[in-house]
Amino acid sequence: MVDAKNADLGQSHDANTFPALIALHERARGARPAIREKDLGIWQTLTWADVAQQVRTLAHGLAHLGIAPGMHVAVVGENRPRLYMAMMATQMLGAIPVPLYQDAVAQEMVYVLQDAEITVAVVEDQEQVDKMLEVRAQCPALQHVVYDDPRGLRHYADPMLLAYTDLLEQGRTHHAAHPEHVTAAAAAVRPDDTAAMFYTSGTTGKPKGVVLTHHALIDRARAVAEMERLTDREDVLAYLPPAWIGQNMFSYTQLLVSGFTVNHPESPDTVALDMRDIGPTYYFAPPRVLEGLLTQVMIRMEDASRLKRALFHRAMALARRVGTRILDGESVSALDRLRYGLGNLMIYGPLRNALGMSRVRVAYTAGEAIGPDLFVFYRSIGINLKQLYGSTETSVFVCVQPDGHVRADTVGPPVSGVQIRISDNGEILVKSPGLFKTYYRNPEATAETLTEDGWFKTGDAGYLDPDGQLKIIDRAKDVGKLAGGELFAPKYIENKLKFFPFIKEAVVFGAGRDEVCAFINIDLEAVGNWAERRGMPYAGYTDLAAKEPVYELIADCVQQVNADLAQDPKLHASQVHRFLILHKELDPDDDELTRTRKVRRGFIATKYAVLIEALFDARPSQFIETEVKFEDGRVGSISADVRIEPARTHAPQLAKAA
Amino acid sequence: MTNQDSRNTRIADVMLDMRNISLSFGGVKALSDISFNVREHEIRAIIGPNGAGKSSMLNVINGVYVPQQGEIEFQGKRFDRMTPRRAAEMGIARTFQNLALFKGMSVLDNIMAGRTLHMKQGLFAQALRIGPALAEENRHREFVEHIVDFLEIQASRKVPVGRLPYGLQKRVDLGRALAMEPRLLLLDEPMAGMNIEEKQDMSRFILDVNDEFGTTIVLIEHDMGVVMDISDRVVVLDYGKKIGDGTPDEVRNNEDVIRAYLGVDH
Repeated sequence: MVDAKNADLGQSHDANTFPALIALHERARGARPAIREKDLGIWQTLTWADVAQQVRTLAHGLAHLGIAPGMHVAVVGENRPRLYMAMMATQMLGAIPVPLYQDAVAQEMVYVLQDAEITVAVVEDQEQVDKMLEVRAQCPALQHVVYDDPRGLRHYADPMLLAYTDLLEQGRTHHAAHPEHVTAAAAAVRPDDTAAMFYTSGTTGKPKGVVLTHHALIDRARAVAEMERLTDREDVLAYLPPAWIGQNMFSYTQLLVSGFTVNHPESPDTVALDMRDIGPTYYFAPPRVLEGLLTQVMIRMEDASRLKRALFHRAMALARRVGTRILDGESVSALDRLRYGLGNLMIYGPLRNALGMSRVRVAYTAGEAIGPDLFVFYRSIGINLKQLYGSTETSVFVCVQPDGHVRADTVGPPVSGVQIRISDNGEILVKSPGLFKTYYRNPEATAETLTEDGWFKTGDAGYLDPDGQLKIIDRAKDVGKLAGGELFAPKYIENKLKFFPFIKEAVVFGAGRDEVCAFINIDLEAVGNWAERRGMPYAGYTDLAAKEPVYELIADCVQQVNADLAQDPKLHASQVHRFLILHKELDPDDDELTRTRKVRRGFIATKYAVLIEALFDARPSQFIETEVKFEDGRVGSISADVRIEPARTHAPQLAKAA
Repeated sequence: MTNQDSRNTRIADVMLDMRNISLSFGGVKALSDISFNVREHEIRAIIGPNGAGKSSMLNVINGVYVPQQGEIEFQGKRFDRMTPRRAAEMGIARTFQNLALFKGMSVLDNIMAGRTLHMKQGLFAQALRIGPALAEENRHREFVEHIVDFLEIQASRKVPVGRLPYGLQKRVDLGRALAMEPRLLLLDEPMAGMNIEEKQDMSRFILDVNDEFGTTIVLIEHDMGVVMDISDRVVVLDYGKKIGDGTPDEVRNNEDVIRAYLGVDH
């Protein structure tokens, strides 16, 4: 399994736990930047030596608060250096960091705090402190809340609260009294000990704590580091919730395995600017982020002068034709190569720069299926975007597309060490060194997803194609059949719809029905801009969504998707016959989306049952009143008369011979 | 929570005392015989219907208008008249109802403008950015960055102010006033023209300024709701006369105030 080709990485193979990796980087590259954060407009750097030293002090501080091996420490906040170091310090003591989604409301956190028996929580700011104080009565085990940013907390006198800087102070005192405590604890950590626990957001039921060992996480990070030839010179921007395994693997585990530099944005609003400052070389974005960026580019192009717009569209047409082939190193005529070079100079290069992707060497997308058009867009302008497949339970990396073998409709072959099998009902099963140990205190769930001989049931339906690449169709439970027996894969259709910048979210229904109907959420920014250019006034989302011209706009998008589907031999029956634009945006606070913004299909079907009925009955409109939850937990309601619009469908066509 | 108690204990002695102020423009009496005081660290609101004399009062405090009668005592010093320059030097800063920003300049430059009084180097040295002038600029820039961070406008740092939405422009205006490191901050209708969300944001920033820096705040509003939530004491003006003064609860139950706002007898 150990590949000694890369001397630099070969060295780190002796270090098989997170504390050992920190010690290794302190020795091997103490003066190199480990974590950067933009603060007061300037990028502030912590070197590996700084990090190692501060983490040790912090570990002493946590030990002083009673953290011992095997205990859990909650970490709640955005990507912040101090929270990263809190995770490292926890692991150094042989304890287990449990990152929580920072935008979850307090009551959502109660379950995790209770389940993991959290005694110490390290949180970012006043917002998180308030949540902890709100739930303290329900979580009697919680004794200490350590906060990073003191703003607004000056007058909080609660003895439970402790500033990060004060914890460091206590750490120094503890170190003076027990100089060997942390060193001994770090040395006692074994690769098979639990390194971290992630609660899966889960589209159904209570969250489950996924227990991952040092070995599992480090092994997967190493396999990919070797495959992609990652060095300690990579720059990474961490901007997604650290409680999501994807972000955590990418900017925390891989940081510690490869010893590169992670950059933390100044604030969630400045990510795009910070990305241009840093120019990451290794980049990770779920499809919705890539979609958002593309939407912004398209909006700005629509506002550009006619000449620029024409130039852009011509260049993009050329890129679609030859861009991906050039990236894959295939042969392209000299004339096209020249034209692409010119386009690179005038359009693609500046565009990559505007996106902050000029230096990107490897970019991944994962989290959910990506629309093929979206995927091809990025590759065609010369960004090496690749798909990967994995989940929390597999320490992310199951499949990764290798350079030169990238296709829009597959997620690549298994990464070294991974075995894949397809069960009789079409579900993908995985065996890998990166598999989770168990769901925390949940043997029933563990038994349900982990077979006795060690295969993990992913819940995804798919198959290995003839060149050994895995193709995902949909969630196994979502793939269904229309009443006529034709295949119905909702996600596939939704992705096609969502590629239009005007459509933010789509939910299609059709399992067991004669035809397919869709709910649409318009993209307020894109459609708002479109409306403004037409001088169309609107008061907000609900108002805009009900406008006649907006319906026409969306009807045209749906019609184009239908034209596309009509050419698909298997899916031509899935053309969308009718749609409606929802009167409110689907929102994780209302449980309609998961925190990672995946559609909760079943929940939405129940909540909006009247609308679905009206769609399939082909009624002209339907009145609905919906409860909405605000971020502070208050409840209100929105009501509207939602119009239902038929969409043009196309006769099925046989795919044209190439 | 012990929050409110610790607020109350912080509020200290009278910092600004306005005594028997009368102001008229020709035959129009804008303010007649108004007295009230402001204590250190408190949030003091002046409310009243349109034309009640709120803005005139604010302009008297920072020396734009000179009252025909009355006197002002600020931090133990008595004045018959204040001048804008002296007010600024003594640590009084203000924001404006209709914004006073340089629309074509960036957010940073606008806030930096608020540092003018703290700049010691000459114009010439600053223009050439030589030695001490550069060091001074860096110091001020750092201070300005703290304000940018505080008001959460990092993403708009380099954007010309004219291109920002109104709510953000209001925040920049507040930032420019904060850059003066004021002891007393005068806010002229800080929430005028804002939607509910922007009002809530602004309320939070006002409370945070008061909390973090201990800045005394006098604010004018005609939106009663917001003011009652964030003020320690409220003065109510109507047609240039003071008709109420006290805590939000006292003012809310004051019959004269109810009459002035609702125009009916109760």
